[in-house]
Amino acid sequence: MSKLTGAEIFVKCLHEEKSTTVFGYPGGVIIPLADQIHKEKSIKFYLTRHEQGAVHAADGYARATGDVGVCIATSGPGATNLVTGIATAYLDSIPIVAITGQVKSTLIGNDAFQEVDMVGITRPITKHNYLVKDVKDLAGVMKEAFHIARTGRPGPVLIDLPVDVQIQKTEFKYPKNVSIRGYKPTYEGHLGQIKKIMKAISKSSRPLLYVGGGVILSEAAKELTAFAKKTNIPVTMTMMGLGAFPGDNRLSLGMLGMHGTAYANHAVQDADLIIAVGARFDDRVTGRIDKFAPNAKVAHIDIDPSSVSKNIQVDIPVIGDAKSILKEMNKLAEKKSYTAWHKTIEKWKKELPLKYKDDNNVHPQYIIEQIQEITKDKDVIIATEVGQNQMWAAQHYIYSKPRTWISSGGLGTMGYGFPAAIGAQIGKPNSLVFDIAGDGSIQMNIQELATAVLNKLPVKIIILNNGYLGMVRQWQELFYDKRYAWTVLAEDMDQMCPDFVKLAESYGAKGIRVKKKAEVKSAIKEAIKTKGPVIVDFWIEREENVFPMVPAGESISNMMHGLA
Amino acid sequence: MSKFVIAVLVENKFGVLARVAGLFSARGFNINSLAVGETEDPDVSRITLVVEADEKILEQVKKQLNKLIDTIKVEDLTDGEYVDRELILIKVKASGVTVREKIVSIVDSTGAAIVDIGKRSVTVEESGNEHSIKALIELLRPYGIIEIVRTGKIALQSDK
Ligand SMILES: Cc1ncc(C[n+]2csc(CCOP(=O)(O)OP(=O)(O)O)c2C)c(N)n1
Ligand SMILES: [Mg+2]
Repeated sequence: MSKLTGAEIFVKCLHEEKSTTVFGYPGGVIIPLADQIHKEKSIKFYLTRHEQGAVHAADGYARATGDVGVCIATSGPGATNLVTGIATAYLDSIPIVAITGQVKSTLIGNDAFQEVDMVGITRPITKHNYLVKDVKDLAGVMKEAFHIARTGRPGPVLIDLPVDVQIQKTEFKYPKNVSIRGYKPTYEGHLGQIKKIMKAISKSSRPLLYVGGGVILSEAAKELTAFAKKTNIPVTMTMMGLGAFPGDNRLSLGMLGMHGTAYANHAVQDADLIIAVGARFDDRVTGRIDKFAPNAKVAHIDIDPSSVSKNIQVDIPVIGDAKSILKEMNKLAEKKSYTAWHKTIEKWKKELPLKYKDDNNVHPQYIIEQIQEITKDKDVIIATEVGQNQMWAAQHYIYSKPRTWISSGGLGTMGYGFPAAIGAQIGKPNSLVFDIAGDGSIQMNIQELATAVLNKLPVKIIILNNGYLGMVRQWQELFYDKRYAWTVLAEDMDQMCPDFVKLAESYGAKGIRVKKKAEVKSAIKEAIKTKGPVIVDFWIEREENVFPMVPAGESISNMMHGLA
Repeated sequence: MSKFVIAVLVENKFGVLARVAGLFSARGFNINSLAVGETEDPDVSRITLVVEADEKILEQVKKQLNKLIDTIKVEDLTDGEYVDRELILIKVKASGVTVREKIVSIVDSTGAAIVDIGKRSVTVEESGNEHSIKALIELLRPYGIIEIVRTGKIALQSDK
């Protein structure tokens, strides 16, 4: 058998894993790998303009396609630039494999040039990580890394690869199977527990499905939708769960939690049975924990045992894969009318809808609704930044399919949306991809405009420009006597820096500015018509707030509804 | 906060101890003692930890320990029956003959042993459970303890 270099083996492994789309940025100790990838036409490599762009793009690619995203950076500063992106993927359970170059294995521990202990740094933000000290281990590590990233509760895996290991030679043999005795995720749910849930449902008069990102990760949206429809049980989704159930179905209550709909939060508080599927009772969902769902028995379906009874005491846990468990549940499902329950919910929906001031000013909610209206018959992916823009995009766009909503939930990473949109566009070339952005967040990874322009990726950046770090300003308005410490990006909009239209143009993208409500629709249409990437800079009502809002740490019954 | 004895069976590889310890330190839990050693299977190490922790949070830590890819098994020995041992070396002041004789008689009556005799001190060794070790320390304390070194606790579930 002929011998291959570590770099050659690496590329072979990518083929074995059918992961031939790679994002990255070079540096001294990753040149052998870059060189090999460069030689192989079969690997599609995207050079970003910042390592953070590469890792978020890999993450966006993974969220849009369901495949593992791959990114590569050099050692030291290149590697540490990945950290925010790895943590972002970790908190949202997104499967990525990140490869970092490392100094020569004989120099490790010497404070060598551009040496950092990446395995140490990423230990708490990866599902698992590896330092490969011998080229003989590389193929096995690659096999395990992809396996760990995509199975069980998915997550990021980091491989730290010293430069000499990339050059050393060995025989290549890709392991057929992975066997890790400490890692055997449970997929099949316990039938007795499943029956307990079904029994609880049959006894319940106010059941509610509370659905999280786990349903999307396990490709269980179809089964979940079938179950809700079969049983006639209303559905509320976490931000990560948007798209798991069609938002326009009469059973949908939209998102719950801090900026959830009033009717979703009331339903949680009034339900006598909550069936959580692939959701983790995050504090943004539960608000004050001892006041959460006070009347409800709680069933929890999750693949990760450590999610169960972590925040909320669960009455009926079922450990396993949402898809296979929902399949079982569908076999046992029976229709019930829950007439009174649905009537109550309808009443809440009518009395407490999402609303905003419908005047002639440019309201961000209106912009989102117009995007929805104009793209109705298209395959759309909405990525977002973080802040008010993200919440308006979550509330006012109706997601009907999984993997069409791409947003940093657990970490809330400003600067995530645009590179993630780039990754999503590469993974789904026929989709129309938007990044709903804030004027603050977009500046955190704006350099990727070069990546989008040069690779002809027609991502549409919709800046909801309020000249503020709006979400923080909202908290300051409501809880800090309007002292806008550190949150004013522009004293008045004419002083907005940068000029996003000129910025777009300087990158060779199109820039459109909108200051009037009457121009909103035509600007969106023009952006869609344009072939390449576009920035639409909407100057919105500056002090618009996101409502409803549950103040941090309060019961989700205590919603502020604003003035509208 | 109370004391817990946790045993974790892990892959005998570099970096694993740091993963285990990291789950405690990230939550601000102090590890009171720690013992690591190979088991009957040389690919498997056993980590025995004594930690002071909040019970509810420790439940979460145990689940997180189980979640580590390199963890094979987690045992909480706190409530069950188990045998435990640790080893202690105590250097005690012992200059006069009478003092030395008294220390020898303490050592004889407790099952400890004198393992080193110096000009002005003797070093006593004992292996035992926490209780017997504590008793020995108290018996020797009046003579003036110069230095103590002890291993972490090791423990095995009893199958009574
Ligand atoms: C990297 C990072 N830094 C800081 C924050 C805290 N933060 C949350 S929202 C927000 C304001 C975002 O401003 P902008 O992008 O303009 O969005 P807006 O809320 O105005 O829509 C800030 C600073 C964060 N989430 N991420
Ligand atoms: Mg803003």
